Amino acid sequence: MRPLAGSAADWAGLAILLPFAGFLVNGALAFLRPQAKRAVSVVGVGSVAAAFAVAVAVFLAVLGAHPAEPYVRTLWTWIPAGDLRVDAALQVDQLSVVMLLVVTGVSSLIHVFSIGYMHDDAGYARYFAYLNLFVAFMVVLVLGASFPAMFIGWEGVGLCSYLLIGFWFEEKEKADAGFKAFLVNRIGDFGFLVAMFLIFSHLGSLDFRDVFARAPQALVPGGGTVTAIALFLFMGCVGKSAQIPLYVWLPDAMAGPTPVSALIHAATMVTAGVYLVARSNVLFAMSPTASAVVAGVGALTALFAATIGLKQWDIKKVLAYSTVSQLGYMFVGVGVGAYAAGIFHLVTHAFFKALLFLGAGSVIHVLHRAYHHTHREADAQDMRNMGGLMAYLPWTSRVMWVATLAIAGIPPLAGFFSKDEILGAAFARGAASPFYYLVWAFGLVAAFLTAFYMARLMLYTFHGPNRTGDLERPHLAEAPWVMTWPLVALAGLTVLGGVLNLPHVATLHRWLEPLTERSAAFLPALAPSTGVEVALMVLAALIGVGGIWLATRILKPGSLVTPERAPAETGFAKLLLEKYRVDELYDAVVVRPVVWLARVVLWKGLDAGVIDTAGVNGSAAVARGLGWIGSRLQTGQVGTYVFFFVVGVVAVLAALLR
Amino acid sequence: MLLGPSLAVSAVLFSLGVVGVLLRRNAIVIFMCIELMLNAVNLTFVALSQRLGLDGQVFVFFVMTVAAAEAAVGLAIVIAVYRHRDTVNLQNINLLRG
Amino acid sequence: MTVVAFWAFAAVAVASALLCITRRSPVASALWLVNTLFNLAAIYVLLDAHFIAAVQVLVYAGAIMVLFLFVIMLLNLDRGPTDIRGVRGKVVAGVVGLVLAAELIVLRLAAPPGELQLPAGAVAQSVEASGAVRAVGQPLFQSYLVPFEITSVLLLAAIVGAVVLAKRRL
Repeated sequence: MRPLAGSAADWAGLAILLPFAGFLVNGALAFLRPQAKRAVSVVGVGSVAAAFAVAVAVFLAVLGAHPAEPYVRTLWTWIPAGDLRVDAALQVDQLSVVMLLVVTGVSSLIHVFSIGYMHDDAGYARYFAYLNLFVAFMVVLVLGASFPAMFIGWEGVGLCSYLLIGFWFEEKEKADAGFKAFLVNRIGDFGFLVAMFLIFSHLGSLDFRDVFARAPQALVPGGGTVTAIALFLFMGCVGKSAQIPLYVWLPDAMAGPTPVSALIHAATMVTAGVYLVARSNVLFAMSPTASAVVAGVGALTALFAATIGLKQWDIKKVLAYSTVSQLGYMFVGVGVGAYAAGIFHLVTHAFFKALLFLGAGSVIHVLHRAYHHTHREADAQDMRNMGGLMAYLPWTSRVMWVATLAIAGIPPLAGFFSKDEILGAAFARGAASPFYYLVWAFGLVAAFLTAFYMARLMLYTFHGPNRTGDLERPHLAEAPWVMTWPLVALAGLTVLGGVLNLPHVATLHRWLEPLTERSAAFLPALAPSTGVEVALMVLAALIGVGGIWLATRILKPGSLVTPERAPAETGFAKLLLEKYRVDELYDAVVVRPVVWLARVVLWKGLDAGVIDTAGVNGSAAVARGLGWIGSRLQTGQVGTYVFFFVVGVVAVLAALLR
Repeated sequence: MLLGPSLAVSAVLFSLGVVGVLLRRNAIVIFMCIELMLNAVNLTFVALSQRLGLDGQVFVFFVMTVAAAEAAVGLAIVIAVYRHRDTVNLQNINLLRG
Repeated sequence: MTVVAFWAFAAVAVASALLCITRRSPVASALWLVNTLFNLAAIYVLLDAHFIAAVQVLVYAGAIMVLFLFVIMLLNLDRGPTDIRGVRGKVVAGVVGLVLAAELIVLRLAAPPGELQLPAGAVAQSVEASGAVRAVGQPLFQSYLVPFEITSVLLLAAIVGAVVLAKRRL
């Protein structure tokens, strides 16, 4: 066992610096020489690839060291304020290195993909600048050694998300989507901040090492304080990882370029919430209430979002709701105490969801190109404009089928193992508390629906007759190789990813053990018996297969028509298409009252009415009045002056009389 | 033994002078009322000098001298004002007005 | 005896003062003021200030008031509308005057402290002994010599000032 100090782990900070340097260079290029696309590509991809190399080196160092305690590398003192002391420090341990690999690795592939996807865009340099900045902040988030350091990354990725969602800000809808994402995230961030305040006031520190060491003694297990802390932390997760009720920003975020959706809203940023819960597993384990809330919200979100995904026509929206649903799964995992399972699903999901998004991006790119040639204004993202694309995009369609099978949970692909482990853990915990049986049941139904809607997506997009249009058809061809080989790489990872945590081998589980063992004292990991476990695995596989089979049976791609000619939806289908009108509900219940409050009460009533009238104008009026009184004294008449003089004398004498 | 009554008379005369100043608008009459006030003060000095020493009478001497000088200069001013404004009614002379 | 005389002279003085401030004609006001000054001079005599009484008649009533009358006649002010203020002015002046008088009378009740007081009749005695003029002149030219000289300069300034101010052309 080699110690981590003095090894490559000391250079983990490079993983932040390199992408940040890339941001600075690309940012400068965006201002000075935006047409230098080759330079931008080299810097953009190179900096993230170099960060990945650093991540691999750090991983090897951790592999060789097998540390029992996290290795904290302090860079400088950031906040010395009385009792509060927060350092700019990086924490290298098993969990952060897993996240680091995923973030930098998937980012690199997506950066390569972006070279092709964004090739014709005028804001090419600006795009790569923002993307690099995002990677830098995300690495800060996963490597931060304290809550505030993580929060810096948390906010930074929120900022980059805003910048990238509203990348084509000239269209108001897209700019609004970015704004909505930022605002909804902010609501969650408030919870994160309150949690930090509580942690500091009760535990006296905000460093991970200190907090998780002190918590078991300093806080009452199951008590109000630790539950409050955990719930407020979870509030931050609900915002960042798009769970009920703050998920509404994620579907709108599809307004950004598709690689952005792949990177930020599938693989990395939205998983930050899961990472937070996994990191704070001690706190959540100490509070059964909070853990139950996490699992419950996760399960509900998984089911809820899956139902919406059944009826969406925009290919990216289907994937967006799928992401929300899969994030719900991850929270079920960390909510029932299977932290390794949650992280496992995070990793596998990163692979296949990024693959799905990039594949969709390829499809959209091809359709765009075709419509561009024929100068037709049609929605390149609507599945009703697609169909039968397997013939034209062989590579893309095949790798997307791989991802679909993975997400549906078909063995032996990665998604099967990760999803099954989560459901198994939920089922096992149900023996201790029946509530988790409900969680398991929701998860199972959601799995069925997932298989169904993903098969639906594939059927409508790649199979059946082609609806794109006769003029466009000759232009449909596979996307350029620079866009396709990242897809192949991700497909490989999807296929092989299952080995990370095979049942009973449990590589990832053992890898993360030093970080989760403290919570085992409060929330012992319950493993189902072998017989039950096998039964559940079989059931999960059957559900996945069943969902796909049902889709092929019920859905008829041949009967679809293009959006212009499509009949309006009715009944429950309409409700699903309109996503249960949740956005409209929020608008009526939250947005309008707040705007009304701001405009009528605070602006007109308070600001203009009270402060302006009484305060500003009022004080001026008082001054003017006093001045008027004063001016009336200056009559120029000696008689008046004498009178006041005498009055003064009389007053002085009166005082003397005392 | 005349001290008390003298001081009372002096007080009354002084107040009458003040009333006169506040009551009249003619500059010269106001002047005369001021002379009345000065005389009341003189009476106070003389009455007290009977008890406290002859220095009081010396003061009266000075007061009279100064009153004379003041009357002379003041009336000269009144004449000058009259020449410019053709009136000594102080109501009409308000150049100090601000 | 002295007391009766005192009160008689005082009554006349106050009455004359009252008339002085209320007459419409400035000449009448001036003449009533002269009367007040005469009566005050009489009171001074009763208070053992003979020299001052004489100076009062000579300078105050004889020179200053004459000057006043000269100016009134010169500016021909006797005719014309009244210069007394209206009802509101009268009320205000009356109230202020009453308050002032009340305060002053109350103040006079505070007698001078005992150690400062000379024995009764001491001043009358010194006046008898050295004569009224010498009694005043001695402190004037000894203790108060400097103010005396300054006063003479003051008079010079007053003369020059009066001449300059009243000239038609400088």
